[in-house]
Amino acid sequence: MRSRGGRLGDRLLHVYTWLVILWLSSPIAVMIMFGFNDTPSKSNTSWHGFTLKWYQQLFEISDLTTALRNSIYIALISTVITVVIGTMLGLALGRHRFRGQGATNFLVFAAISTPELVMGASLLSLFVSANLPRDAITITIAHVLFSLSFVTVTVRARVVTLDPSMEEAARDLGATTWGTFRQVTLPAILPGVLAGAMLAFALSIDDYVVTSFVNGSTLTFPLWIVGSVKTGIPPQVNVMGTLIFGLGVLIAIGNAVAARRRT
Amino acid sequence: MRRLTPYLLALPSWMWLSIFLVVPLAAMASVSLQTGNAIDGFAMTFSFSNYADALSTYSPQLFRSLGYGALATVAMLLIGYPVAYWIAFKGGRRKSVYLFLLLLPFFVSFVLRTISWGFLLSDDGILLGTLKSWGLLPAGFHVLATTFAVVAGLTYNWLPFMILPIYVSLERVDPRTVEAAQDLYASRAAAFRRVVLPLSLPGVFAGVLMTFVPATADPVNAQVLGGTGNTMIGNIIQTEYLTNLDYPTASALSFTLMAMLLVGIFVYAKALGTENVLEAAAR
Amino acid sequence: MDPLHNPALLRGVTQPRTRREAFRIAGLSAAALALAACGVQGQKAAPPKADAVKDFWSKQTKHGKVVFANWPEYMPGDKAPLEAFAKATGISYEYKEVVNENAEFFGKVDPVLRAGQSLGYDIVVMTNGVQLQHMFELGYATALDHSQLPNFAAHAGAKYKERSYDPGNTYTLPYMSGITGIAYNTKYVKDDITSIEALFDPKYKGRVGMMADAQEIANFGMFALGIDPEKSTEADWRKAGEKLKAQRDNGIVRKYYDQSYIDAVSKGDVWLTMAWSGDVFQRQLAGEPVRFVVPQEGGTIWTDNMLIPKGAANPLDALILMDYLYQPAVAAELDEYVQFVSPVPAVQDLLKEKAATAEGKDKKDLEALVASPLVFPTEADYAKLRSYTTLTTAQEQIFNPIFQSITQA
Repeated sequence: MRSRGGRLGDRLLHVYTWLVILWLSSPIAVMIMFGFNDTPSKSNTSWHGFTLKWYQQLFEISDLTTALRNSIYIALISTVITVVIGTMLGLALGRHRFRGQGATNFLVFAAISTPELVMGASLLSLFVSANLPRDAITITIAHVLFSLSFVTVTVRARVVTLDPSMEEAARDLGATTWGTFRQVTLPAILPGVLAGAMLAFALSIDDYVVTSFVNGSTLTFPLWIVGSVKTGIPPQVNVMGTLIFGLGVLIAIGNAVAARRRT
Repeated sequence: MRRLTPYLLALPSWMWLSIFLVVPLAAMASVSLQTGNAIDGFAMTFSFSNYADALSTYSPQLFRSLGYGALATVAMLLIGYPVAYWIAFKGGRRKSVYLFLLLLPFFVSFVLRTISWGFLLSDDGILLGTLKSWGLLPAGFHVLATTFAVVAGLTYNWLPFMILPIYVSLERVDPRTVEAAQDLYASRAAAFRRVVLPLSLPGVFAGVLMTFVPATADPVNAQVLGGTGNTMIGNIIQTEYLTNLDYPTASALSFTLMAMLLVGIFVYAKALGTENVLEAAAR
Repeated sequence: MDPLHNPALLRGVTQPRTRREAFRIAGLSAAALALAACGVQGQKAAPPKADAVKDFWSKQTKHGKVVFANWPEYMPGDKAPLEAFAKATGISYEYKEVVNENAEFFGKVDPVLRAGQSLGYDIVVMTNGVQLQHMFELGYATALDHSQLPNFAAHAGAKYKERSYDPGNTYTLPYMSGITGIAYNTKYVKDDITSIEALFDPKYKGRVGMMADAQEIANFGMFALGIDPEKSTEADWRKAGEKLKAQRDNGIVRKYYDQSYIDAVSKGDVWLTMAWSGDVFQRQLAGEPVRFVVPQEGGTIWTDNMLIPKGAANPLDALILMDYLYQPAVAAELDEYVQFVSPVPAVQDLLKEKAATAEGKDKKDLEALVASPLVFPTEADYAKLRSYTTLTTAQEQIFNPIFQSITQA
């Protein structure tokens, strides 16, 4: 009796999860559609028939192409840095007791709660005062700064659910600190690390406000799009968004297939 | 050596946060007490009245933001928890695929998402227009330019940031523990309340922290989805800073907002039953 | 030593009263501590003296290089006008689409220029409004040498030489302009809208869009009261504020929009709204039922302006490029792509000629372009157009709260 109710509940939850995914993706469907829109003007919000010409002319706007490439590089690099140092901090906060822990927690909170604009503007003042040229490096620094807390908090939420005795056992069996980390700790916290990485990537690739202060003359995808609103966002932007999304879906499918093979 | 471990682990982040966050925040604190204007310059006068003035002018927007942020957070928790639960326990080997799909829409620019929502939700558009033509909605009904739209927009934008941490802590729970509990308490509801929920609390705490705080400070959704009386504090800070060049007011408002968020999180952690807010997630 | 990098010389042009010493501290944290400790220094600039301007320009030489910072989509994708410029003058160009938004752009350049550092751009494009005024007041713009701007003198329209925000084109030359008027959706509004009063008409309760920008909305409040914003006083602003507040409190306004108003009006979320001519023109090309009108009481003309920022490395090359863009053939090529209001009136005839010889879709597009009063306003329209109120910093502190308290309640 109970198990049948349970199975029905699970099935409902399965459908519900897909509904939430569909809801989150619904604007993406519109974006994809307008990448195929044969618009006769610079405005691209009413439907004028199907065309593939924006796909053919995809790289004709050279600054847009560069901006997208910059965004992807910066997102990848800042995600790697953030995940490494954020995971370390998450481990420290979730696993250990140390002096300055309260202050560290407070900093993590402060980094999330600083309004983006304030963060961007004050970082710019800092870079200007230090005479540091603004470019992809300063953008990366800023992106690591605002993603760090998200990774830390996510990893910590995982770490505190773990049982430390596993690691102690490994150490008792003679494993080195690094060996223990690689063989025991990392696999156990991996879901948290992966989730943190995805959050950091999403935060970086879609950031506008902070980046707009610290970019110097380096363009990113969101910056270029916001600027092009003035005259009309060209359909190539939709196409690029579509390709990012499509690539993501392919990765997801590949992952799912690989997972099935493993079983 | 082992006693040094946490310090070594925290060191890179400390350096990053102290150079790129603490110092700018200290500068902001200093600016929030200055007076003057951008043309003639600002001077430190320890003008604490900046705070009182900012608060008296903008308290409606400030409290409105906290309200919207709280509403959106509750909505995210209610919508997101079942998703995290199902993926953690029933997602099988495709768990990370589901998470990835949840987050994928946020890899493309918010400008595109925003424009698309405008298309989907316009008064006589593809959704509402159709319902109206079937006579299911009155002709004057609209979603855009309402409080509901703002809160829904905040919910939409930060939902994955609620789901992921809850998933991360639930995924650790052994399904056999849950089954055992279901046998023990003889009902799924009781098993959930006594076993699953407590184990997921670190994730819930992290999720709330990561959604309530940025949603409250968000300047985009009110601007895009709101009507005439939906301005949030994030919009005000932008205007004061970028248009009026009133750096002291913008800084004072930012600090006030941060302090109120901290209090909000503290009260929430208390309610969760954690003694020390700053270590709440560690419990 | 390169005279252009001589700060004393630059100061001679802009004459800031005080100036912040550039930090010469190597360590980031040390610089940052200094930043935390001191306030923000003022930089108020006196108006440029003719002698100093002349002196500055007499020392400039051509460097064969210019860096142009502009908005995205403000230059044909193949950069043809700039390529031709490089060929004609031997000056190579770098073109950067880094201006996204006036307020954010100012927020970004202010600390750099305040610290006495160079932006790395020789020309930047900004809309007239508070940020541009701040650029002038802070001495961030280089006074231009009009003796070296023959094309501007010969080909710019009269309206673009008499602008209240930059009299005599001391610092800026127009790049493109647009008009703020009323757009309405003819599917929902059956009357011919001619008066600004329509925006205040209870008949359209909840279906009116207004702009969130303080200066835009202030102008429309003043037009409705018969006030010329260029000559307005504090009392006028307060009256306009009351009129606009009543409009909001009566539920007539649906929302105070940024540029998203154009989607709202073309889909019918709002039926009539304050609007920019360039947006409406694009919607008309797309066949959407939106009409644009400059109300009989008045409309606003705004301009995106080229200026040479303080500390620019190649001012003379920049000046040559700015003037080059005023050759009617070049201006026509630009406007054919950008489709905003060009400051060069001769463009209309040139594009008419081109339309006569063009074929197919090009011909149709060009004909629509030259015939549109949204791209080539009529004399009658020009007569109704006014700029924003030009505000000093002190006035701004009165002006902004009056209108922001309405749009940001």
